[in-house]
Amino acid sequence: MSEKVLMKGNEAFSEAAIRGGSRYYFGYPITPQNEIPEYMSQEIPKYGGAFLQAESELGAINMAYGAAAAGGRAFISSSSPGIALMQEGISFMCSAEVPLVILNVSRGGPGIGGIHPGQADYNQATRGGGNGDYKVPVFAPSSIQEAVDLIYEAVELADYWQNPIMIFADGILAQMMEPVILPEFKPEIKYEDIKKLKPWAITGYGDDDANRVTVKSLRMQPEDLEQHVDYLFEKYAKAEKELVRVETLGLEDAEIVFVAFGTTARITKEAIELLAEEGIKAGLIRPISLWPFPYNAFDQISDKTKVVISAEMSMGQMMQDVKIGIGKRFPIELINRTGGIIPTSLEIAQRASEILRTINN
Amino acid sequence: MSTHKIFFAGSGGQGVLLIGQMVTYAAMLEDKASTFFPSYGPEMRGGTANCTVVVSEKNVSCPLIYEADYVVAMNLPSLIKFEPLVKPGGVLVLNTSTTTQKAERTDIKVLEVAANDLALELGNMRVSNVIMLGALVRATGVVSESSIEKVIDELIAKRRPEMREINVQAFNLWKE
Amino acid sequence: MEPVYTYTKGMVRTETSYCPGCTHGISHRLIMETLDEMGKLGETIGVAPIGCSVQAHKFMNVDMCESAHGRAPAVATGIRRVHPDKLVFTYQGDGDLASIGTNEIIHMASRGERISTFFINNGIYGMTGGQMAPTTLIGQRTTTSTAGRMEEQTGAPMRVCELLATLPRAVYIERVALDTPANINRAKRAVRRAFEVQEKGLGFSFVEFLSTCPTNWGVTPVDAMKWVGEKMIPYYPLGVFKKPEEVR
Repeated sequence: MSEKVLMKGNEAFSEAAIRGGSRYYFGYPITPQNEIPEYMSQEIPKYGGAFLQAESELGAINMAYGAAAAGGRAFISSSSPGIALMQEGISFMCSAEVPLVILNVSRGGPGIGGIHPGQADYNQATRGGGNGDYKVPVFAPSSIQEAVDLIYEAVELADYWQNPIMIFADGILAQMMEPVILPEFKPEIKYEDIKKLKPWAITGYGDDDANRVTVKSLRMQPEDLEQHVDYLFEKYAKAEKELVRVETLGLEDAEIVFVAFGTTARITKEAIELLAEEGIKAGLIRPISLWPFPYNAFDQISDKTKVVISAEMSMGQMMQDVKIGIGKRFPIELINRTGGIIPTSLEIAQRASEILRTINN
Repeated sequence: MSTHKIFFAGSGGQGVLLIGQMVTYAAMLEDKASTFFPSYGPEMRGGTANCTVVVSEKNVSCPLIYEADYVVAMNLPSLIKFEPLVKPGGVLVLNTSTTTQKAERTDIKVLEVAANDLALELGNMRVSNVIMLGALVRATGVVSESSIEKVIDELIAKRRPEMREINVQAFNLWKE
Repeated sequence: MEPVYTYTKGMVRTETSYCPGCTHGISHRLIMETLDEMGKLGETIGVAPIGCSVQAHKFMNVDMCESAHGRAPAVATGIRRVHPDKLVFTYQGDGDLASIGTNEIIHMASRGERISTFFINNGIYGMTGGQMAPTTLIGQRTTTSTAGRMEEQTGAPMRVCELLATLPRAVYIERVALDTPANINRAKRAVRRAFEVQEKGLGFSFVEFLSTCPTNWGVTPVDAMKWVGEKMIPYYPLGVFKKPEEVR
């Protein structure tokens, strides 16, 4: 096993993508993810890959599409407004079934918003920020180690599902440092093997035009398009069963159950300790996969629970999924901050405690 | 104490992020969970710099804090902003070379370290941050002194071997 | 008797989806015939973005991908990174390249990507039904300039070859027309040069084809050909704007 190293989030994310097998990175500067293109510009060429600073996020996503359609493993990163610009390409790639790993180091919005951490891209990520019927599996790590492990795995998941996979991080994870164990390098894919592994890739067909392929998303006949959407959704139905990831904590006897993801979940864990000091039992459902959302985890909430609280850095975007998860079984409340402000554990604990007091009266 | 929460604050160029990283690194060498979170963005350019460090015996710690067990303040703005955030019974390490203003709190331990003057005596103004770090580590035991010496080797001496000795001296300089 | 005109292996044996009299058929054939002659059909990857020719992959017998409107240069750039030894080209219309995709084409040319772009300029949006393009001539009627294009409202028609020629790493730039047999022969020579520039690794190569759109211009195919000579060529002069010494 590798040794622990102390790394900045953005650099660890980049290294994880390289070790997982990504060899083509296309980026554009935007805070707070700038260390990723900086790191990639130095590191990815060392492994026979390519770095290119694109003219825009639109350029970057379409370069990634080209590289991935050509059989390469592509990785891109950006932050909220940049991810918004990339939606054209994400929708296109889902339709064309081209793999990609996308990292969103999300920040506060709407519009240009600010550069500080946010989670208000939840709907953009989980509902499809682009046009049409499609899904992107989204994973939200709450530590650098978890981010590294998810990015590393996502490289293969993207190939397996022939679909973009998104990692939803935030400015805290990206800018902080903590010890991390880096995974081993995945075996290198030889250029000659691209066609064996990805028969759909455009590589030039060689001697026999019977092997000619095209990568496309246009379907002019409504019947063709409908059939294609149905086919994609059969795939997504399978993904919905296989890709759910969730962590639960203390649900058995919790009076309050928090639902939180990413850094907010980490802060909420400390809030749960603060509540315990007051004698209040609280538990946590931490969705790691935002799509597919772990709706089934909500069945584990016991009748001792008095309230479910969605804690997030948005105006309650995830709370809509929490509502789907628990139906009318429990009252639902929101504890949130926006604008790039990170709620403190004390703030979460105090507000939760007030909510409980109101309900008990 | 199972968790140590620290703010390091100063102006850009005073090396507060470096000493924050050094504590985080040392904690890792001791197999503790540790996190380092810097202020980032335009506010970093020429303005104030600060970082939050959490060292914990637990697996994963919360990287953000609203109050601190210890504060290292390199200048007056840092004193004003962070003194109120020290927990009662906590420690404030104050660089008295940059401000004549005293700490107001009486429920905390205040270490007054004339870090710039001491650094000049050593012959390099730039090690004032490591002098402050020495004071913090000896007063709180957040990490061991030997871990910090290893970190000086890893983070400083690997790139600039000639800087090792003066940093070790700076680290060991201030004693209560 | 020796046949003077046969099918090329470069074209798929199927009917195209283009309107009668449209010159897409000619430019498709010129590119594919050239690749066939070079023995490179199996070693070529093409990108066609949204526009009438988005489904060029149905007719051009090479590996191809579609791209979003205007983005073909970015997509081709990504492909080029993975396949350094293949020929890579984009086939783009004027609404695509000169309007929504100006950013992408300028930066691909500026980087000097080892890619060839074939630019189909017929002065109008074809696929969407005849709207004004940046290349529409002054006074030309379209569905969004029914009184004729007015310079004071929408600027002057964009001369893309001249624009790109200012970029140091755009090394081969030529404008050709598809209106007469002589011009078509010149066009084929330009296609060959573009691929040779790419093969020799000299930089970015660009060929603009003055083309027709009889359907949306509302004229017969024959009149459309005449219109190219009478109206377009005077504004869009034919010729080589830049050419490296290494190619003929």
